[in-house]
Formats: sequence, structure tokens, C-alpha cells
Amino acid sequence: MMAEPTSTTDVWVSGTEAPEVSEWMVAGTDEGAQEMERDETIERGVEQRGARVVDDWVVDDTVDDEERMIVNMGPQHPSTHGVLRLNIELEGEIVRRVKPIIGYLHTGMEKTAETLTYLQGGTNVTRMDYLAPLQNELCYSLAVEKLLGVEIPPRAQAIRILMTELNRVSSHLVATATNGMDIGALSMMMYGFRERELILAFFEKTTGLRMNHNYIRPGGVAADLPDGWEEDVAEILERIPRAMADYEDLLKENPIWIGRTRGVGIITADECLAYGVTGPTLRAAGVPWDLRKAQPYSGIEAYDFDVVTGSRGDVYDRYRVRIGEMHQSLRIVEQVAAAMPRGDYKTGDRKVSPPPRQRIDESMEALIHHFKIYTEGFKVPAGETYVAIEAPRGELGCYLVSDGSGAPLRMHTRAPSFSNLQALPIMMADSLVADTVACIASLDPVMGDVDR
Amino acid sequence: MSGDSLPGPVAGSDEMLASLGEAVPSAEADRSTGDDVIRVPARDLARLAEAARAGGFEMCSDITVVDYLGVRRVRFEVVVNLLSLQHNRRLRILVPVPEGDPEVPSLVPVYPGANFMEREAYDMFGIRFAGHPDLTRILMPDDWVGHPLRRDFDVGAVPVQFKAAHRVR
Repeated sequence: MMAEPTSTTDVWVSGTEAPEVSEWMVAGTDEGAQEMERDETIERGVEQRGARVVDDWVVDDTVDDEERMIVNMGPQHPSTHGVLRLNIELEGEIVRRVKPIIGYLHTGMEKTAETLTYLQGGTNVTRMDYLAPLQNELCYSLAVEKLLGVEIPPRAQAIRILMTELNRVSSHLVATATNGMDIGALSMMMYGFRERELILAFFEKTTGLRMNHNYIRPGGVAADLPDGWEEDVAEILERIPRAMADYEDLLKENPIWIGRTRGVGIITADECLAYGVTGPTLRAAGVPWDLRKAQPYSGIEAYDFDVVTGSRGDVYDRYRVRIGEMHQSLRIVEQVAAAMPRGDYKTGDRKVSPPPRQRIDESMEALIHHFKIYTEGFKVPAGETYVAIEAPRGELGCYLVSDGSGAPLRMHTRAPSFSNLQALPIMMADSLVADTVACIASLDPVMGDVDR
Repeated sequence: MSGDSLPGPVAGSDEMLASLGEAVPSAEADRSTGDDVIRVPARDLARLAEAARAGGFEMCSDITVVDYLGVRRVRFEVVVNLLSLQHNRRLRILVPVPEGDPEVPSLVPVYPGANFMEREAYDMFGIRFAGHPDLTRILMPDDWVGHPLRRDFDVGAVPVQFKAAHRVR
């Protein structure tokens, strides 16, 4: 799938030395995972690795107070990708300690979820990670369905995979675009959003909305794919890889880009695991962990794709991993579109799914049934469960507790951005202040996901 | 729903659960909606987490709390979700916590990533995590009164409690 390496800066060399990780990690990479070459000479990386897995937010008395300066970055800084505030302790140009301060976008969505029925819950969770709304809906729906124990028809599962993988591409496009913008590659910003528009237009055609779709619901999806969806998907599959070749021309071997990203914001595999960091950040550190492979959902195990990993865990590797994942997601989309099963787009289980429209016209019972499902909602058996899927930012989990009524007793979202943000002090410790925005952008935090 | 299309832990041998039971005799292994769960009293939580980490659970993916007000005799339950990448399985630790003494040991010394999650649990439910390095509010403003995700915390008509709000008028 990848082009042959053309120069020494090309990192897509398979068969090079494996990352220095445990045996089982290496064993997991043979499913076509691409490893990048290792560069042992990054002194600054070694220095940063000195930031071991401890919270070092303590005052160091050996430094004179006059040399130390505490700078507040945000919550309105354009490069913090939302309302993130960072307390940064500087010694000259060197960042010594960072403390993320969050909560500016907290809207109590977990509390709201307790007042909504299971069917309404999708409108709530879709607003958490607003760049990956479909993944949020899918995770929530899977948790509800696990408690309900309902069967999801193959077409609904395939539509879910099609939509969530397209969502992963659109989310990674934003991540790459804003990463470019923050480091000064302004045209990357235009390109990324231009291509994202293609996918959002398809989402609008399918779901009615560009974001906050409430399309994936417990029991299936809200509507079937629109007429002519094959042509739209074919256009996406044709135009986005072509545009991504442009990004590669722009950034991959760009010496300024490489200078600003390589060896910057390093986080090791051990640190990722200790801090609960998942997603592209973990994979860029060399761990081939992808829930789509490890704990597959919605029949994604039926499609061929590779887990893309890096080896250095720096900003450049995270950018490369995202680009690679976009190619892999498009590969999945191509396979789903080619083999879209026929059949229902939602479950036939009448406990969860309302009766078809024409039944309502002829049957009083069907009308009552329809009314009750949309007013009272359906009852979910008492129990608790945790379901996790691979969102663009990492492990997105939903912990759902039902007391047997029509609304959850507790709905908790394990937000990937929330955990990933803990890695920021590790990445930024002892780096240059100019690298701060590169680190934040490469982590790709979505504050709606962090604060919920 | 067919089992193979659901996310969830791969069914493994229960030797690991047995070894955890040996390390912490008060822990009770159980199954809940197809997942492995362990119930443990609060005093043994840290010991169980250490044993689990030694047993291959590298990552603490989530910590949260459920308020069983009016449902159970013991009001709160702390829920710790552990993930083992090498064994590809999950383990959920359930810790009942009474309302009168809402304190459990902090897992930050074992899993540094528990930091934010425990702060969130403290902020939202008022559970104290003994030994946490910086147990402060994380999502709500510092001077907020009450713990909003408790079920007796009303949803509507909360007076504005932001700092210096009166000065704006």
C-alpha cells in the first residue's frame, strides 16, 4: 500500500529493527504492521526520557526564583484546541513543569444522561467528542445493546463500521490540519479542512447533520444509507488518497516540518501505559495496540487492515501514524462498500425498535407501541457493563449501569482525551517553549471529550 | 447479539483471577454481563491493584463511581477498570464505599494515570482517595459547593457559584 522508500527521511521502512519493547509487543506487530526506523542519536529524546513515570509537580528549591517564571497559556489560546489552560513553569526558554487545568467546557453530560431515556442518550453522548460523534454513539449503543442482549443485523453493523471509519478519517484530517497550522504550515490547515468537507457532506446526506448526528442508536442505525451512497463513497475513496499524496509532498520530507517535529514531545511506551494513554500516541510509541484488532466490535474483524505503529513516540511519529491510519481506514471503507450486506438497518426486536411506519396506519396497537417507545423509552435489564471501542483518540469506553428502568442509573464515558492529557506534562518536561504547541497539537485533545 | 461481534475481553484462563485471590484473600471474583469483576473491600484495594499490575494488567483505563442511593445499603461503589495488553483482557474492580466514610486508598502510586480519574471521582462524588498527591476539584470550579453527580444533587436551578460573579453586575 505504501510507496517504496525514496530517501533517508522516509520512515515507512518495514523489516527494520523492531522497537525496543517487550516480546509480546513485537509478536503483535507481524500482522502487517509497519515499523519505522529507529534513530538512536536523538539526545534530547534521551534527556526527555529522564522524565520518568512520576508526577513531578513539586517545587524545586535549587532554582532561583528570579529564573523561574510561571506562564498561563489559555484557556483562550488558539493553539490549545479549545478551552484548555496550561500552567507552564519556565526557566528561560525551557519548560520545566506543566499542569493542565481543565473543566472550562464541563457541561455535566454524565448527569444529563441520567435524565434521558436510552433512546435519547445518543443525542447527549454525540456531543462529547465533537470531532468523532459517531464513535461516541457507537460506544454508547454497544453498551446499551450488551445489557439488552439484542441482535444487530449485518447491514446495520456494516453501516456502523463504514460511518465510524469515515469519521476516523475526518477526525485525523482535523488533527493533521491543526497540527500543521500550529507549527506554521498554514496551507495544511486549508487542505485538511477541504477534504474533511467531503466526508461531512456525506454525513449530512446520510444523517441529516454535519456533526452531532444521533445516527447510530441502540438497535441499529437511524436510517438506511441514502440513494447513490456508493458514488459518494467512491468519490471519497478517490479524492482523499490523492489529497493525502499532496500532504505527503508538503510535509513528509519538509526540513522545517521535520525540524519542528522530530525528537519533539517524546513519550515512551512505558509512560503511555502507566498514564493510560491510548490511540495514535500509544501506537507512535511502538505499541501495536488497537482495540479494533484486540477486542473487535461490530464485525470489524472481517475486514483487512494493519495497525500502524511508530517507534520514537515523537510528534513526527504521531503525525505519521495518523496519516497511516487514514489510509487503513479508507481501506476498511473500501471493503465495507464493496461487500455491503442487504437487509434491515435496525434490529427487528420490537422491544427496542418501533414498528414500521405502515403498521402504524393500520394498527392501533402499533401506534400505542410507537408512542410508548418514544415517550417512555424501552426498559433495559438491570446490570452493569463496560464497553470500549477504538476512537480516533484512543480507547473510548462507556460504563453503563441500569436499574431496570427506562433511563440509566449511571452513564460514565471513559474519554480518551481526558487520559491522554495526563501525558502532556511528560511530553513537555524539559523541552523548549516553542515546542509546546507542537506537543498539544500532536496529542489532539478535544476539550468536549476531556470535560464532558 | 452474537458474541463475536461484541467488544469485550477475550475469555482467558482463570489462573490469573485465582492468583489475585491468593494475594488478596478478601477479593471475590465474579462475572457481570460477561465481564470479569472482582469485589474487594476498600482496605485491600491498593494491595489488589498492586497484585493485578504485577500479574500483567499494565493499564488502569478508567476509575469511576456509581451512586446507588436508595438502591443498595452501601451507597457508593468505586469502579476501577484495568486493562492487560499482554493478555488482552479486562478486569473490573468493584469497591463498596459507605456514605459515612467515603474513603478508599489512592491508586496513583500503582497506576500514575489514576491521577485525573480520581480527581474527577472526588469532584463529582466526594470520594476521598487517601494518598493522592493533589486531590482537588478538576472539572468544577474550585469553590463549588457539593458533588454534582451524587443522585441527591438536584439537576436544575443551581445558584451561580462562580468566583467574583457578583462584581460583574
